[in-house]
Amino acid sequence: MTEYVAILIYLGLALVVAATLLAVNAVLGPPPRPSRDKIMPYESGIPPLMSARRRFHVRYHVIAMIFLVFDLEIAFIYPWAVVYRELGWLGFWEMMVFLGILVIGLLYAWKRGALRWE
Amino acid sequence: MTETQTPTWAFGLITLGKGLAVLVGLLTAAAYLTWLERRLLARFQLRLGPNRVGPFGLLQPLADGLKLMMKETFLPQEADRAVFLIAPALSMLAALLAFAVIPFGPPLELWGVKLFQLADPDVGVLFVLAVSSLGVYGVILGGWASASKYSLLGGLRSSAQMISYELAVGLAIVGVILLSGTLRLSEIVAQQAEGVWNVFLQPLGFLLFVIGGIAETNRAPFDLPEAEHELVGGFHTEYAGMRFASFFVAEYGHMVVMASVATTLFLGGWDGPFVEQAPLLGLLWFALKVFAFMFLFIWLRATLPRVRYDQLMSLGWKVLIPLALLNLTLTAAGVAALGAS
Repeated sequence: MTEYVAILIYLGLALVVAATLLAVNAVLGPPPRPSRDKIMPYESGIPPLMSARRRFHVRYHVIAMIFLVFDLEIAFIYPWAVVYRELGWLGFWEMMVFLGILVIGLLYAWKRGALRWE
Repeated sequence: MTETQTPTWAFGLITLGKGLAVLVGLLTAAAYLTWLERRLLARFQLRLGPNRVGPFGLLQPLADGLKLMMKETFLPQEADRAVFLIAPALSMLAALLAFAVIPFGPPLELWGVKLFQLADPDVGVLFVLAVSSLGVYGVILGGWASASKYSLLGGLRSSAQMISYELAVGLAIVGVILLSGTLRLSEIVAQQAEGVWNVFLQPLGFLLFVIGGIAETNRAPFDLPEAEHELVGGFHTEYAGMRFASFFVAEYGHMVVMASVATTLFLGGWDGPFVEQAPLLGLLWFALKVFAFMFLFIWLRATLPRVRYDQLMSLGWKVLIPLALLNLTLTAAGVAALGAS
């Protein structure tokens, strides 16, 4: 437990430092004087054409989905890797079956064009 | 565990001291890495770089920091106030916090508390992966909250890139864990100090980790989120003053963390010549190894052209991840064969 208490103490310190750095700016800097042009979103000098809150391409969503699958897979692999020496060849073949299924999944996503960016 | 013998006040005092030292060290490192980067890039391009403020321009980071602190802060139109303010702090905190479990020196103890490691949980590797990937939130929230098209696109690209390469990095580390059989970083280093550094047993894993690490810290040649020629500043286009600086501290802090993790997992951490006779030398070896990585980061930026976004994604998914799986299989087979014989 002490390890996590140490991390919490450190987190508290880091929070204070980050907050101070950001607060110093407000103290030292000039008072905010926003004007219409100043707060306009930057668009290379021309007035913004549309709002930036728009729909974005679905492939970001697809990547996020595949990422979730693989990240969970890694979450399974880590404990396996820690106790691997005790498992021996049985553990090896078990993991091969597990990875095999996921590689088939990756190949399927690949073939269906989920990883294509044009 | 010496838990019961350590007085609470000693533990608290040492932890506070260590925490402050690490924070000051990380922030100074981040500040001076900007100086190093500008100086080195200048030398690579036959220029001089910043050399006016102080000897060799050494006070340049201070001047820059002071200037940024005195900038006006304002909220862009349509920006989401709370998220816009939180994102830079979140980004910086993730980078600073990830360093908490890195053993940056030999396991010397004072009153039963390790001096050169903030905390040593048994899931150290997972902690680093989990916390450093929280940085994605800062990037995507900052990009979205700015309500600017460049920021939004930069944030989206950045997060897609970071999560893609996180997989390659996570899989590359498995090879090391198969060899060490533990997730505790201090033990992984101790094993390397006794035996051989993991880079010699895991050359492919090391290469994958470094490439993935460069992509995850959004550094050249994978600095697509900040591709100046198409996205201006990427996710931090609308940021100014210390909020902008926070993203920079996060980026350089993240580089230091990546280099430290690579050093810890693959290059034997604080291990080096004469470290048994003079344990304090370990601090120097660790710093030198991290510095070597920083130099590599900057060298690559000066040398390689930026990749295209589709090239970036196919490199991550179609090359690095299959290679990482291959590395995992080979390592597992090797460990099983040696264990069985």
